Amino acid sequence: MFNRNYKEKTIESVLFSVSALTVVILFLICLFLFRDSLLLFKNTSLLDFLTGEFWYPTSVNRQFGLLPLFFGSLIVTAGAILFAVPLGIASAIYISEIAHPKVADALKPFIEILAGIPSVVFGFFGLVIVVPFVQDFFNLPTGQTALTGSIMLGIMALPTIITISEDAISSVPSTIKHGSLALGATRWQTIYKVIVPAALSGISAAVMLGIGRAIGETMTLMMVTGNTAVIPSFPGGILDPVRTMTATIALEMGEVPQGSAHFHALFAVGSVLFIITFLINLIADSIKKRYRFKVD
Amino acid sequence: MANNLKTYTVLTLLVVGLVFLGIGCTGNENGEAQVGETSSEGAPAAEAPAAESQSITLKGSDTVLPLAQAEAEEFMLENSDKSVTVTGGGSGVGITALIDGEVDIATASREIKAEEIEAAQANGINPVETTIAYDGISVVVNPENSVSELTFDQLRGIYNGTISNWKDVGGEDTKIVVISRDSSSGTYEYFKEEVLQGDEYRPDALTQPATGGIVGEVSQNPNAIGYIGVAYLDDSVKALSLDGGNGYEAPTSENILSGAYPLSRSLYFYTNGEPSGLTKEFVDFVLSETGQSLVTEVGYFPVDQ
Repeated sequence: MFNRNYKEKTIESVLFSVSALTVVILFLICLFLFRDSLLLFKNTSLLDFLTGEFWYPTSVNRQFGLLPLFFGSLIVTAGAILFAVPLGIASAIYISEIAHPKVADALKPFIEILAGIPSVVFGFFGLVIVVPFVQDFFNLPTGQTALTGSIMLGIMALPTIITISEDAISSVPSTIKHGSLALGATRWQTIYKVIVPAALSGISAAVMLGIGRAIGETMTLMMVTGNTAVIPSFPGGILDPVRTMTATIALEMGEVPQGSAHFHALFAVGSVLFIITFLINLIADSIKKRYRFKVD
Repeated sequence: MANNLKTYTVLTLLVVGLVFLGIGCTGNENGEAQVGETSSEGAPAAEAPAAESQSITLKGSDTVLPLAQAEAEEFMLENSDKSVTVTGGGSGVGITALIDGEVDIATASREIKAEEIEAAQANGINPVETTIAYDGISVVVNPENSVSELTFDQLRGIYNGTISNWKDVGGEDTKIVVISRDSSSGTYEYFKEEVLQGDEYRPDALTQPATGGIVGEVSQNPNAIGYIGVAYLDDSVKALSLDGGNGYEAPTSENILSGAYPLSRSLYFYTNGEPSGLTKEFVDFVLSETGQSLVTEVGYFPVDQ
């Protein structure tokens, strides 16, 4: 009896310490990240950083303006979401509602494989196939554009969106579905009037997580977007080269002298990214919670 | 109940303690290694800058990295009891490490800056420069491009944004797609100093994270122009002849060695004071005939001519 109790408590303690450690690690990372970014604001004002339109980190008149990088990330992410969301939700509906179970079983592993491809491979594919294609198709001076990044990113965000939406759609209680069909609704009416609204919380969470994945993606974007730190115009800027926040950090981390203003500026960009992903996760979480009990 | 709570608390503390003990250990090992190393047998990771040490560390330029690595390997083959550790990170990183007294040799693809010398002297470090090889930067375009030579002024115009159409430099009527390296690259800084001479790169220049990216884009895009180390030249791109004021010169090895080609630079080792002990042995090895033949093998140009 005592022995069993002892065992139980040990397992509990181990689990508790592991999760406590995770929290501590996260806290320390935040602390480190924010402390190093705050040092930037000894010389540069926060307002200049947040509203600056030029990113000249190594010039004599250094300028650390976040806007070109922020809008670069934004336009690429928006483009990716614009085509990944409809495509992802449609695939999820097809797999869980329309496809023959055998077809669905064959499709799922393929989607999982898509999620497992390293981003540098996607980047290489983008560089060799998509970049020349976009250049020829739109007759542009270069194919390294925000659009190219969006296409690659959309493909990479698809598995996240499909799998999570599919889970949400499959977990809609079959009583609701059967009730709708029994009332004389067609299969298509049932899908778009009943099943999709019922699964909306899960689908929205899938979209938010897809955005989170897209914002944080680095390698592929660095390879295909041209990395030009200019504020993109809208919507024409989709066909111009852009530079994202993540690509900036990855590009410039290499030779930046530790402790310099440039070094701290990169940390500040990292902090902004951290805050954005944090907010996105919060939103995804609250959407999930808010709509959770509507179905039952 | 109270008893249960006590067991629970004790166990939790125990596990947390063990976990943190593990974390502490790595820190301790490092600390001990630094203290103990000079007296004990001298592991490869030792950072002790003492002249008698049988192990030295090099850090710095990614351009120099393949060369330094080849030299270190060859040196260790000949002297199996000595160890040379080489890491990259960039010229700036290497020089910072030298200023902080962390490495024996900083490798650099650019000259040390005045403010870096000041910072070093404030730390009691006296940087001494040794040229170990030469490298040329070639300006490349797509082989389909009809332009095959540029003056320095034209090149500067293309990169600072005053020239943006190929017809202005004798080519077809298409927009020039300007490609540069990322700002962390020593090549980026060298090019900026030599070609732009104080101007900024045009803000809409494409930035590539590596030389491979520049070669890839230029070989695919007939409108593109970029710059790469001559060691990376191949048939997929066309190297331009440049006129720095004394007529057009192609980036051939003769022109780079004689200095006739305007974009040639030196690759450096920086040491604290004149090299001594194992550091001197290694520097001498790099400058020896064997060492300099490795320079050619890696794709750079030897100094002893």
